Amino acid sequence: MIKDRALPVLTVVALIIAIWYAGAALLNLQFEYDQAERIGKQVSLSEALPKTMAQERPVLPAPHQVAVEIWQTTAEKSITSKRSLVYHAWITLSATMLGFVFGTVLGIILAVGIIHSRVLDKSLMPWIITSQTIPILAIAPMIIVVLNSIGITGLVPKATISTYLSFFPVAVGMVKGLGSPDAINMDLMRTFNASRAQVFWKLRWPTAVPYLFTSMKIAIAASLVGAIVGELPTGAVAGLGARLLAGSYYGQTVQIWSALIVAAILAGSLVAIVGLVGAWLNRRMGMREA
Amino acid sequence: MENPTLLIICIIFWLAAWFTNTRLAKMSPKSTTLATLINLTIPVLFGAALLALWEGITRGFGVPTVLLPPPSMIWERITNSGSILWADFRQTYLKAVIAGYAMGCGLGFLVAILVDRSPFWKAGIMPVGNLVSALPIIGIAPIMVMWFGFDWQSKAAVVVVMTFFPMLVNTVAGLNVAGHMERDLMHTYASSKWQMLFKLRLPAAMPFIFNALKINSTLALIGAIVAEFFGTPVVGMGFRISAEIGRLNVDMVWATIFVAALAGSISYGLIALLERSITFWHPSNRGR
Repeated sequence: MIKDRALPVLTVVALIIAIWYAGAALLNLQFEYDQAERIGKQVSLSEALPKTMAQERPVLPAPHQVAVEIWQTTAEKSITSKRSLVYHAWITLSATMLGFVFGTVLGIILAVGIIHSRVLDKSLMPWIITSQTIPILAIAPMIIVVLNSIGITGLVPKATISTYLSFFPVAVGMVKGLGSPDAINMDLMRTFNASRAQVFWKLRWPTAVPYLFTSMKIAIAASLVGAIVGELPTGAVAGLGARLLAGSYYGQTVQIWSALIVAAILAGSLVAIVGLVGAWLNRRMGMREA
Repeated sequence: MENPTLLIICIIFWLAAWFTNTRLAKMSPKSTTLATLINLTIPVLFGAALLALWEGITRGFGVPTVLLPPPSMIWERITNSGSILWADFRQTYLKAVIAGYAMGCGLGFLVAILVDRSPFWKAGIMPVGNLVSALPIIGIAPIMVMWFGFDWQSKAAVVVVMTFFPMLVNTVAGLNVAGHMERDLMHTYASSKWQMLFKLRLPAAMPFIFNALKINSTLALIGAIVAEFFGTPVVGMGFRISAEIGRLNVDMVWATIFVAALAGSISYGLIALLERSITFWHPSNRGR
């Protein structure tokens, strides 16, 4: 079972790394030839190729260069140092988490309101769906600058963007989830003379939990994107987004790639954690894995 | 308080709209046309009330325009600087977004068709594709700007990468939904692999493909705008946003966001219309 799944995935990963190495060699080769020409020397392909893997500012850094950079900036630096990627990742992560928690709570409250009120349902729902089609991220720099100008700096503006991005998927998912109990179960609750609150806590909420975790997976990924983009307009102070921007200003490609890989690892683990908690909760609630 | 009468008028309008909406929502008309009309009126009235409240609060309390400009001021800016907004729209949307969207979706679709032929590759690519779809791909923007220069090509490249994976994952998933009965039927007709693909499995996959197209239409616009934050010629929606923010011309930023929202909603609507005409057989489109 595991063998059947792991082998194809490992093959694809190996293929990606191979393509990456080939791309690095191909894209960086021209620079080596130019260097040699400048000092009036001829280099053969076999001489230039190893050098393409160890350039200072390559067009595309080789995977091991990025790995070394990540190792140096995480394990070998103290966590409080401004050169440590752990420090920058922590800054981004704290904004992500704050925004994610706010966004989820807000989304759930909104969904509960929509489920229980026809007016809210009819007037808000079309706007929530329309808002999904709008590139909300474009507002990010404005929120940051405007909040800065009235003296709110640091974590809160970034978390605001994350909140904004993460509450839509949760609201939409929860409206679907809270409305998902079968008519037969709702009728049963009616025969029990259950109050609205009882229907909510004993029927609607438990049925909605799987929907909640599915939307939370989307929400936490969106939240991280929001935090990273939120770090761009403040002028590259701290955080993974700031590392990306600083790297692009100074042509430090290795730095960009390592920030990118760390962001990817962060996103992957956050989504995995939410997924695992969801699966665990589903099992505890006696639900079968779909 | 700078303009209390306006504030009061707007609050009264808001309350009236709220009251009307409560009444409208409780009605259950017999005729379907009337029901559709009511369902359309409620959100429009809600939006209008929100705009009125926004106008009333910003003008009534004299909120600094740097913080939040009133809608009337934004609208004035939109009508006054149409040529700038059009040039930005052309640079970002007509060049970068459309080129990148077409290439990314097309490539994702082609790779999905190729991968579909082999269970081994399918098992390998699906988990990786699902993982990559959740990653902050937007981060490759600075790299693409370095590789492809400041003009729209680099933005299109970001859009290609962003739209590729959702399309790939959705198409591969969609190609698997055709049921065994239908496949067996095609088999008894002695249909070839390609006939099976074009006459059965691709049509069955269409709801999934359109789902990807919808997700991608928003992603593409976001990708192009954010990529412009990393370097651009002096035109483009992302450039306009970051430049005007620096000069605290917040009304111009809102005008650009309005254009982006309009473009996003219209392209989404067009795709949804196309979907309804192509997947007319799907349960969600039947019986309307």
